[in-house]
Amino acid sequence: MKDLSVDNLTTIKDLSKSDIELIFNTADNFKKILNQPIKKVPSLRDITIANLFFENSTRTKLSFELAEKRLSADIINFSSSNSSVKKGETLLDTVQNILAMKVDMIVLRHSSPGASIFLSRNIDAKIINAGDGSHEHPTQALLDSFSIRQNFSDFKSLNVLIIGDIIHSRVALSNIFCLQKLGAKVGVCGPSTLMPKFLKSLNVEYFKDLRSALSWSDVANVLRIQLERQKLKYFPSLREYSSRFGVTKKVLDEIKNKVILMHPGPINRGVEISSDVADSKQSIILDQVENGVAIRMAVLYLLAKKIKK
Amino acid sequence: MMKRKILNEKKINIVLERLSNEILENHFETKNSVLLGIQPRGIELCKRLYYNLKKINNNVKMGKLDISFYRDDFRRFDKIITPSNMDLNISLENKNVILVDDVLFTGRTVRSAFEALLSFGRPKKIELLVFVDRRFCRELPIQADYVGIEVDTLENEKVFVKFGQAEKSVYLTS
Repeated sequence: MKDLSVDNLTTIKDLSKSDIELIFNTADNFKKILNQPIKKVPSLRDITIANLFFENSTRTKLSFELAEKRLSADIINFSSSNSSVKKGETLLDTVQNILAMKVDMIVLRHSSPGASIFLSRNIDAKIINAGDGSHEHPTQALLDSFSIRQNFSDFKSLNVLIIGDIIHSRVALSNIFCLQKLGAKVGVCGPSTLMPKFLKSLNVEYFKDLRSALSWSDVANVLRIQLERQKLKYFPSLREYSSRFGVTKKVLDEIKNKVILMHPGPINRGVEISSDVADSKQSIILDQVENGVAIRMAVLYLLAKKIKK
Repeated sequence: MMKRKILNEKKINIVLERLSNEILENHFETKNSVLLGIQPRGIELCKRLYYNLKKINNNVKMGKLDISFYRDDFRRFDKIITPSNMDLNISLENKNVILVDDVLFTGRTVRSAFEALLSFGRPKKIELLVFVDRRFCRELPIQADYVGIEVDTLENEKVFVKFGQAEKSVYLTS
């Protein structure tokens, strides 16, 4: 089998289809490991990883941390709320200081799009992008597609819908790239104000109406409305958004086909998705979280392989 | 590349029969015996022994152990290690485990296998069965309890064991 074609995981765009398949196959093996009585393997015991989270995160941070610990790596954690960044240090300086302590890999979350690409051009350590502003969130896209793969045999002829705040969502962008590379068709649905201008160049289908969008799709990935990123008012009220684009039992009953529902979290129950639907058998939200650890183990393992001895 | 056949099908069958009987001597009627094949090349051998033992001792169980993530040469190879399937649905707690592999060379695979199988519980006893023991090549203090054949080889030589339907043979190449 071939190695990954990239040295850092900054965007899904850089990955080839065979890279994604390699990550999935490795994650399959790690999923088995995660079901063993002892869930730890010694693969990365001579690797040190720094988790640099310049932006808040619970799920992604815990998931990465657990994946690193399951692989026996040494880890250091950093979050910007209690750091020298507040004292005026630049990103590059902060990272170079951390690297001086002999760190091999960096997991970076940052509010600026392209932060991880910038770092990868300037430093030696392997970089994994854990979300950079509204740009990309590659491991989330990988675990979403991995979760879809567990329910369908093939991505060809599969229609995947992404509902909600596309313009601010790094999850949406990474998912679109990842799914298209695997051969699936992607559609988006939401208020037209929350669609990016470059939507046409992404080669996705746009639906104004939630019901027709859901009838088209096999899988629907429901996104959260990212109020913290919205500087303007994009729609009149959350209540109105919810009544037009909220996925509820009533809407799902009206369409004929069965749609599998996903959500990258955190969920705002009653806004983009109703509670009964989020907890129903149609939703694979908790599978996504479980798969997240296996996918991140696979990514860390495959990139660590490339660190020169 | 020189290729020399050192065992043919007939001989292999005799050796397999002998190994099965040797295991039976120590594991006769024990309910707690588990044959554990090391992925990928220990599996065919393990299956054959399993079918032989099944005829007499119905309690014996079989599992497949993948050691990819437990190896000590991760990042020291250029080649990527392709993980295989881990298939072990039983706890190894208090079991008598017989590790099965085709060739015993440096002993490093077996060391990794120890680490991997300890993730499934604490066995009562671990034994090692190999079809070919390459003598004088060990890098770790590991010896097999059951040995098919012993061969003396140079370090740059390779031993291939084939247990497929099409061909059963043991080759030495250099």
